[in-house]
Amino acid sequence: MTVARHTWFMVLRQARNLMREPIWIVMMVIQPMVWLILYGQLFKNVTRLGGFGTGSYVTFLAPAIVVMNGFFGATWSGMAMISDLEHKVVERFLATPASRLSIVLSQIVRSALTAAIQGIIILIVSLALGVRIHTGALGWLVIILAGMLVNSAFAGFSQGIALLTRREATMIAVANFVGLPLLFLSSTMIAKSQMPHWMQVAAEFNPVDWGVRAAREVVLPGTDWSVVGWHLLLLLALTAVTSAWATRTFRSYQRTL
Amino acid sequence: MEAIVVQELRKRYGEVRALNGVSFSVREGEVFGLLGPNGAGKSTTVRVLVTLTRPDSGTASVAGHDVRKEPTAVRRTIGYVPQDSGVDGFGTGRENLMLQGRIQGMSGRDLRDRTNELLELVGIADAADRVVRGYSGGMRRRLDIALGLVHRPRVLFLDEPTTGLDPEARVEMWDEVTRLAQAESLTILLTTHYLEEADRLANRLAIVSQGTIVVEGTPGELKALLQGDAVHVELANGAVDQAKDVLAGVGARPEQVIDGRTVVARVENGGRALPGIISALEGAGIVVESVSVSRPSLDDVYLHYTGRDFQSEDRGE
Repeated sequence: MTVARHTWFMVLRQARNLMREPIWIVMMVIQPMVWLILYGQLFKNVTRLGGFGTGSYVTFLAPAIVVMNGFFGATWSGMAMISDLEHKVVERFLATPASRLSIVLSQIVRSALTAAIQGIIILIVSLALGVRIHTGALGWLVIILAGMLVNSAFAGFSQGIALLTRREATMIAVANFVGLPLLFLSSTMIAKSQMPHWMQVAAEFNPVDWGVRAAREVVLPGTDWSVVGWHLLLLLALTAVTSAWATRTFRSYQRTL
Repeated sequence: MEAIVVQELRKRYGEVRALNGVSFSVREGEVFGLLGPNGAGKSTTVRVLVTLTRPDSGTASVAGHDVRKEPTAVRRTIGYVPQDSGVDGFGTGRENLMLQGRIQGMSGRDLRDRTNELLELVGIADAADRVVRGYSGGMRRRLDIALGLVHRPRVLFLDEPTTGLDPEARVEMWDEVTRLAQAESLTILLTTHYLEEADRLANRLAIVSQGTIVVEGTPGELKALLQGDAVHVELANGAVDQAKDVLAGVGARPEQVIDGRTVVARVENGGRALPGIISALEGAGIVVESVSVSRPSLDDVYLHYTGRDFQSEDRGE
C-alpha cells in the first residue's frame, strides 16, 4: 500500500514537471500522428502482397503504431532517471522511507501513462483516417493496454540500464541499438507471412511483436480473444521481470555512494 | 542520552580506505561537527549514518536504531541534507516540500501548515511558488535544509551546508543553523572543511583525517590543549635547526616546521615574548623574513594533531 502511495506521489511530480515543458507536450501529441500518417502513406500499396487480413493498410497499421510508439517511448524512459540521479534527487529519496521499488515504478508508470495518452491520440486520428475497430470499446482498451504493457516492459529495462550506466550517452546508444532492430523483427509494418522465415521465428520471441499481435487481433476480422489474452499476459510477466531487475540494479548504484 | 553512536566504522572503495575505524558519539540536542579536508571520510561517515551505504564493518546507531538492521526506522527519524543539492529543479519550492512530506507519511492540513511554516522559517516564502531552477545558490540551500526538516526529524545531517555559497550567504546560513537547532530542538551532525564554520557552529567537534578521528572535544578544549599562542617565524635562508635552538633558548617551544622555512613555536603570551624572540634571532645572525603571532585557532589544532597544514591538505596537496 505504501509502495503504491509513494509511487503515485512520484508519478504526479513527474507528470507536473512534464506539463511545464510546452515543447514536450507538442512533441508528445504530434509525433505519434507523424508515424501513422507517414508510414500509412509510404506503404499504402503493400497490402496487395496479401496476408494482411484487410485491404486497408492504415487499418492494419494503426493498432501496431500504438504499440510501436509505446516501445520507442520506453527505450528513452531511463533518461528521466539519469536526470534524477545526476541532480541527486534519487539520493535524497533513498534517505527517506520511500522504497526503491516505488522510485523505479514511478518512472515506469509515468512512461506507460504517456504511452496511453499518445495511444488514444493515435486511435482518434486513425478513426479520422477511416479505421474502424469492430470490437468497440473493449478493442480500444486492448490496444491501449498493449501499448502500455510493451512500454512498461521496456521501460523497466531502460530504468535498469539507467541505474547501471548513469550516463546519457550510453542510454542513447542502447536505445538506438534496441529500437529499430526490434521494430523490424516484428510484424508492426508488414504481414508476418511476408517476412523471411527466420524473421518470423525471431518475432515469436520479440515482446514488441507480442504487443502488436494482441492489438491487431481486435481490429482485424475474426478476433481470437485467447491470442489477445495470452500475449497481454506474456507482456505483464515481462514487465514484472524487468521492473524487479531494475529495482535490483539499485544495489549497484548504492555501492557507488 | 546519545543520539548517534558510531563504533569502529570501516569502509573501502576498491583500494581506497575511506573509513579506517571511525568512532564517536553525539549527545541529544548537540551540534556536532566533523571537520576535515576533502576526502577525509566525512561524507562517507554521513552516508553510512543516513543508510545510503553500508560499512564493511563496525556499528552505528541513530536515535537508538541500528543503521544496518533498522534502516527504515532510521530514515523516519532523520533529516538528510546532502552535499549536492537534492532538490527537483523543475518543481517549485512548495511542491518539493509537499512531496518530501508525503513520502515521510504526512498529509492534509498538517503537511500544508508545516510547509508554510518551514518556508517562513528558512526565509523563502516569497519564492515558494517559483520553479527552483530560478533560485539562487543560497535559496536552494535553504530549501535543501527545509526538505530535511519537513517531517520534524530528531536528528539532522548537514553535509557541507555552506560549500559553494558566497561568504555573505555563508554567514547567514550559520545564523540559520544556530536558530533552527534551537527552534526545532534538534541534534545536528554537520560536516565541514571550513575551520571557521566548525568553530562557529559546533558545540563539540571531531577532526577527521584519512579515515580516522584524530581528536575530539569542544572548540575551546581543543584550542586550550595547545596552551598558548603560536609564533610563526619565517626564515630567509632556511636555517631551521639553528632557529629552533634559539627559540627554545628564550622559552618558546618549537612545534612544527612548515615548508622547510617557517618554524612554529608555542609561547605563553605572544605579544610579550616577541621582542625577546626577535632580538635573540638577530643576535644569532639568523635573517628573519616575517614573524607573526596568532591566538590558537582550529588551524593550529589541525596542524598540531595531524602534522599537516589544513589548507594544503584540503587542496589535495
